[in-house]
Amino acid sequence: MDLPAGLLYTKEHEWVKLDGTSATVGITDYAQSSLGDIVYVEMPKAGAVVEQFKQMGVIESVKAVSDIFAPLSGTIAAVNADVENDPAKVNGDPYGTGWLVKITLSDASQSKNLLDAAAYQKVVDAADH
Amino acid sequence: MPSLLFEQGAPGRGGDFVRGAGKPSQYLDAAALRADLPLPDLTELDVARHFTELSHRNFSVDTNFYPLGSCTMKYNPKLNEAVSAFAGFTDLHPYAPDDGAQGAIRLLAHMERTLASLFGMDAFSLMPAAGAHGEITAMLMAKKYFKDRGEHERLTCIVPDTAHGTNPASAAMVGYNVVSIPSTARGRTDLSALRAKLDGSIAVCMMTNPNTLGLFEDEIVEMTASVHDAGGLMYYDGANANAIVGITRPGDMGFDLMHLNLHKTFSVPHGGGGPGSGPVGANARLSPYLPSPMPARDASGAYVWDEQRPKSIGMVRAFPAHFLAIVRAYAYIIVHGADGLRANSQLAVLNANYLRAKVKKFLTVPYDDHCRHEFVCSAEQLKKETGVRALDLAKGLLDAGVHAPTMYWPHVVPECLMIEPTETENRHTLDAFVETLRELVVYAHEDPAAVQQRPLHTPVRRVDEAQVGRLANKGIGLRWSPPSSDGNA
Amino acid sequence: MYTPHTPQDIAAMLEVIGAPSLDALSDPPAGLKIKGRLDVAPALPEADAYAHIRAMADENSAARMTSFLGAGAYRHYQPPAVPYFAFRSEFLTAYTPYQAEASQGSLQAIFEWQTYVCLLTGMDVSNASVYDGSTALVEAVIMAAQATGRRRVAISRGVHPAYRRVLATYAEGIGVEISEIPLDEAGQTKIPASLDADIAAAIVQSPNFFGAIDHVDQAASAAHATGALAVHVSAEALSLAVLKSPRELGADIAVGDAQSFGLPVGYGGPYVGFVATTKEHVRRLPGRLVGETHDVDGRKAYVLTLQGREQHIRRELASSNICTNQALCALIATIYLATVGRKGLASIACANMANARALARAIEAVPGFGLAYRAPYFNEFVVGTPVPAAELCAQLEKRSILAGMPLSRFYPELTRQLLVCATELTTQSQIDEFARALAQEGTHAVAAV
Repeated sequence: MDLPAGLLYTKEHEWVKLDGTSATVGITDYAQSSLGDIVYVEMPKAGAVVEQFKQMGVIESVKAVSDIFAPLSGTIAAVNADVENDPAKVNGDPYGTGWLVKITLSDASQSKNLLDAAAYQKVVDAADH
Repeated sequence: MPSLLFEQGAPGRGGDFVRGAGKPSQYLDAAALRADLPLPDLTELDVARHFTELSHRNFSVDTNFYPLGSCTMKYNPKLNEAVSAFAGFTDLHPYAPDDGAQGAIRLLAHMERTLASLFGMDAFSLMPAAGAHGEITAMLMAKKYFKDRGEHERLTCIVPDTAHGTNPASAAMVGYNVVSIPSTARGRTDLSALRAKLDGSIAVCMMTNPNTLGLFEDEIVEMTASVHDAGGLMYYDGANANAIVGITRPGDMGFDLMHLNLHKTFSVPHGGGGPGSGPVGANARLSPYLPSPMPARDASGAYVWDEQRPKSIGMVRAFPAHFLAIVRAYAYIIVHGADGLRANSQLAVLNANYLRAKVKKFLTVPYDDHCRHEFVCSAEQLKKETGVRALDLAKGLLDAGVHAPTMYWPHVVPECLMIEPTETENRHTLDAFVETLRELVVYAHEDPAAVQQRPLHTPVRRVDEAQVGRLANKGIGLRWSPPSSDGNA
Repeated sequence: MYTPHTPQDIAAMLEVIGAPSLDALSDPPAGLKIKGRLDVAPALPEADAYAHIRAMADENSAARMTSFLGAGAYRHYQPPAVPYFAFRSEFLTAYTPYQAEASQGSLQAIFEWQTYVCLLTGMDVSNASVYDGSTALVEAVIMAAQATGRRRVAISRGVHPAYRRVLATYAEGIGVEISEIPLDEAGQTKIPASLDADIAAAIVQSPNFFGAIDHVDQAASAAHATGALAVHVSAEALSLAVLKSPRELGADIAVGDAQSFGLPVGYGGPYVGFVATTKEHVRRLPGRLVGETHDVDGRKAYVLTLQGREQHIRRELASSNICTNQALCALIATIYLATVGRKGLASIACANMANARALARAIEAVPGFGLAYRAPYFNEFVVGTPVPAAELCAQLEKRSILAGMPLSRFYPELTRQLLVCATELTTQSQIDEFARALAQEGTHAVAAV
């Protein structure tokens, strides 16, 4: 399972790439692999205000559906239209072309509530017994 | 794969079926009329070949063992079909005057009284068209009941984590907040977890008994009492009623509301996914809220539709009963009587336990207890050892001509297969099923990759569900389109 | 009779299980076992049960009467090929086609049904069916509310009153308010110049309950001007064969009942509701949808799709709670449409219009009777009667004629209006008999006054 070291993570299997007051968000390799073939992604619209750890979207595979949670509070700055058009990108490249949204952060200090790669690895190990 | 109807036929084929009456423009202005009716013209033989060939591409109870958990795929006696086709029923208009429909209303009234007695309810509505329709009917009743009592704050619906998906969906449709409660290590709903959720916000608790693990909720009386103490109502999901008919009654367990699936318990054929019939029962406290009208008798003894039901929620479909489905179930009930129905439930439980006793020798059966009409087993261990999943076993069964059990549900059991044989299967069929499943498990250890390739012999093999899903989200691939159109196909 | 167990089987199986008796396996906890006898009639032998139910069917004298009743349930010709193929065991006794490999027959038939609904309505996508026309209307209202984020709908008084009652039952539960749009003197919906800005949908039935071909196009323009959706309702699906399609009229959602396509009136069901819409709203469609795909060997195949919208996966967040649909009824309608085809369906529709006009001429020739509204109609229209229509119906029933639907049943102010229907099964001699009866009863009534 791919788990890049430079990123931050949530218990709900989102990843975050911080860049000053901006964050790029996606779901982890573990999440896409657990869901299976993703067929639909419903994301907040650009300009929407999201709150840390509150639901902001839905991701749907052939046999399952899962909420997407905002890892940090802020305003949606961009939505990945390529993923809306071709959700398979999330399966194919979850940390790259399969990113979901960019958030302009309202409180960058909230990143202290996120996990690093090692801590997230423990979450995954626990989920797999 | 047979071509689609729309790819067959030719203009100029086909017939009028009725005496010629000219063109639409003789009757209506052109402004009201469509330019074209783009349907295929076929001969009756084309239709015969097409649908006969399609029928050969289906599993069904009449052709295959169908141990589909929580679906009660029992044999559907052909008596049901014959009596539902009587012209005195099929040609009877729903707005026929009551005095010209005495036989039909009498049948419905008998059915209603019989169900009330069998399940310990005050009254039943025969209006809902299916189980989920019955559920929302009952949720609307509960909502009106609490409104009448001024208890507007009661907006919580409790469902166990093993509940059917329709339960939370039905509750949500009437605006209830859904709260899930866990199961215990014994596979029963956790009574203390239930009690911890009970407060002044509780409206309804929806339960299935036996639950979807096939286990009887043996603390059910304590559960219904606790919910009642908190001012809430108990709802019985009748999906698993085939285990209890003539043996025990939801009314006696303390349930206030319930639905039945006549297409499960009372042998209305499933028809490839409907029509069903989902009567809703209510105790004396809730029965005034049942849909209107209801079959009744007037002072002279004649059968009538009673519309004077001031507390009723109203109608939930355009006409008062899914009538021809109910005629089928009525036939099933009168050839059995209470004793026959009880015997069927006992034999359904016997068959399930027999399979359980044999299957547990080679697959994990997580709750080591006698089951009722169905049980779950798990391929979790097999998956760890071989990589072969419950899905692969299910697909392997298809190759052997056995319909797959219900899979991956309830979610509390990983790699779950839910098996319900029903009472109409004989021991030979059950033994053959066990042997097929056992061979698959053995084969999974020898050659897991080969098992994962199955089925090999069905009309089609495993299908691509991902690409069709992605396109369907854009409205593509859900219909045939003419070749000349803008690429909708 | 339908269970195979011999006493020896039972004993051997109990031994395998390790249980002493059937009761030990199936009894509930103490105190919950049924005590005493239930109020259930004793079992009848199959032959007696057949005769018993046959007698109940024969008691329904109304089923044999000459009928001019329509009002949302229509007696049409059912080609014998339709039940012959639809009731094959392989269709009748199958479950919902979750296992695509074992259900290609049911799945392809649903795909063909979806296509027929699209071709008839002009819409892009259709679902696999819902319970009936009234519940299809409810689903359309839920779709419109979700699409617009608004909680009020405007519905014509010309929509079938039973459909409106069903919507009213659901309305409070689903949190939607209903306002009604009145009819004009022609029997058509009086579409206001502008709709309120908080309306999610404008809903018009055509032909409406009065038989009138209604102003769906005007309703659609008014709806779209405020960002609302237009919903077209069909209670008589046969009319779709000749009338402008809902899409051509500007509808965003087309719903209705397809009972007319090969299903008997059957004292109210089962029928089959349809819901069709544009690509834009495909994810809001309730219930099952079948899509075209291929298997691992590249063969064309059909499969249930977009299941992530549905209750068994999404639970309380599902787009609808519907699970079972009306697959067998949709199959019947599909085989009906395949059997009659373009030519047959158009002929049958024309025969309905021809017979309805013959009926109208005969009624207009009876003193005191006439058409109550001027609007164009398909196979149903309203007759103005010189006496209360309900009394007239009671009198004609004594002559074994079901005269139609007295509108006072649903519109208390319309006491002297009778909704009548002719289909391709209506004969000239039935029409003549009806006119004679009206003449006599009408005269009696006038004399009595």
